[in-house]
Amino acid sequence: MTFTIQIENGTEVRNAEADSQRTLYPYVTGTSVVAIKYKDGVLMASDMGGSYGSTLRYKNIERMKAIGKHSLLGASGEISDFQEILRYLDELTLNDNMWDDGNSLGPKEVHNYLTRVMYNRRNKFNPLWNTLVLGGVKNGEKYLGMVSMIGVSFEDNHVATGFGNHLARPILRDEWREDLGFEEGVKLLEKCMRVLLYRDRSAINKLQIAKMTEEGVTVSEPYSLKTFWEFKAFTNPTVGAEGSW
Amino acid sequence: MSQASVELPPKGGFSFDLCKRNDMLTQKGLKAPSYLKTGTTIVGLIFEDGVILGADTRATEGPIVADKNCEKIHYMAPNIYCCGAGTAADTEAVTDMVSSQLRLHRYQTGRDSRVITALTLLKKHLFSYQGHVSAALVLGGVDITGPHLHTIYPHGSTDTLPFATMGSGSLAAMSVFEARYKEGLTRDEGIKLVAEAICSGIFNDLGSGSNVDICVITKGHKEYLRNYMEPNPRTYVSSKGYSFTKKTEVLLTKITPLSEKVEIVEVAGEAMEE
Repeated sequence: MTFTIQIENGTEVRNAEADSQRTLYPYVTGTSVVAIKYKDGVLMASDMGGSYGSTLRYKNIERMKAIGKHSLLGASGEISDFQEILRYLDELTLNDNMWDDGNSLGPKEVHNYLTRVMYNRRNKFNPLWNTLVLGGVKNGEKYLGMVSMIGVSFEDNHVATGFGNHLARPILRDEWREDLGFEEGVKLLEKCMRVLLYRDRSAINKLQIAKMTEEGVTVSEPYSLKTFWEFKAFTNPTVGAEGSW
Repeated sequence: MSQASVELPPKGGFSFDLCKRNDMLTQKGLKAPSYLKTGTTIVGLIFEDGVILGADTRATEGPIVADKNCEKIHYMAPNIYCCGAGTAADTEAVTDMVSSQLRLHRYQTGRDSRVITALTLLKKHLFSYQGHVSAALVLGGVDITGPHLHTIYPHGSTDTLPFATMGSGSLAAMSVFEARYKEGLTRDEGIKLVAEAICSGIFNDLGSGSNVDICVITKGHKEYLRNYMEPNPRTYVSSKGYSFTKKTEVLLTKITPLSEKVEIVEVAGEAMEE
């Protein structure tokens, strides 16, 4: 939105401030988030990298944060917009706490709120450049949903953002089951994160896994995955095929 | 030494004048004609005795499926096959051309073709067209030096790999390979893994679909398993399938040869001359 103000001698002055307030491209971005429902609740995994274009600038960004007692929000995309969303949610939960009646927002409510926020921002051509993953358990009901930066929102048994859509979703569609135990769920998520580590250039080998159950929400300490690079064929690829590279 | 003025073609390689013209036209607003792309999942895998190639069978023209059961695994030599992704015409033409070049080369040398020969011929051709020949290939075969698997990109670069995927479904197929590949796979394990990777492409990528084709190449032996798996059969509402409406009853059959009714004039010497 640009406003032009006509001055007497005929020159126009653009209201520069109005123009520079729209998000045109992201600067510091986080890569994929992968999440699945399992027997006792929801599991979510993301790595801790923040890329500045093609540089890996920040290696200690927590891209998953607990919201209230029942939900967890994971985000990929612009990190500053994620922090802004956390501020909005903080205001929401603060308002609720002031009522002091023990009630707290469940994942369904938070997801709905975020969908409205994202969609309305997109309608003003000033999007929050994130794809959000919302998971949680309230009153025994497991919930896992996703909102994109243009306001597309849906729920599913397993979701992934960014590259995870192409690399992790096929594995999850094949191997996800309703009755996964905690260890099996973590192994499945680690399998997806390992493929992302091999094939996504902005992924780093430092990830966190978050668990949401009826008891509450916990985010694990950062750790790294074991990778295997010793395939014989990769150590000497052109043996026997001199002339190729 | 004749002094005849011969019109020589412009020196060296491809003339890019028409590419410049096409760019100018698209800038002026002309929509380029859409071509038949194979929007594909193609994979290759080296197992303990040889190479397994796999491909889906859908050919797309923009958002439409033009061919539900096309063949994407092309013959290059008795011991070498090549899967092709990208523009269907380009993959067909380039593999056909190199296949005949390999045959002539076999006659000349008296030996079986080697995979790197096919690789070099394809690479040289694609590079000289600077990426305008939109063919992304997975080339595999077993020759005297052993089993080989290569990928070739439209601009002419190549990779030598133990497992490879190309096409729009390559990420879905690669995620299956990265999660499940191990060294020393047996033939059945290899075929199963390739089929799983192609199915992953078929069900998770919109540009790939229909059936799974597989080609197993080992020393001295090859097996082309066309439509190895058909995970998308045509379904009918009732379990009995589709029953056609009852035909009208046949009361009488009488055959009259046409030669009795019509005069046939034989024109000598002009029957199909080829």
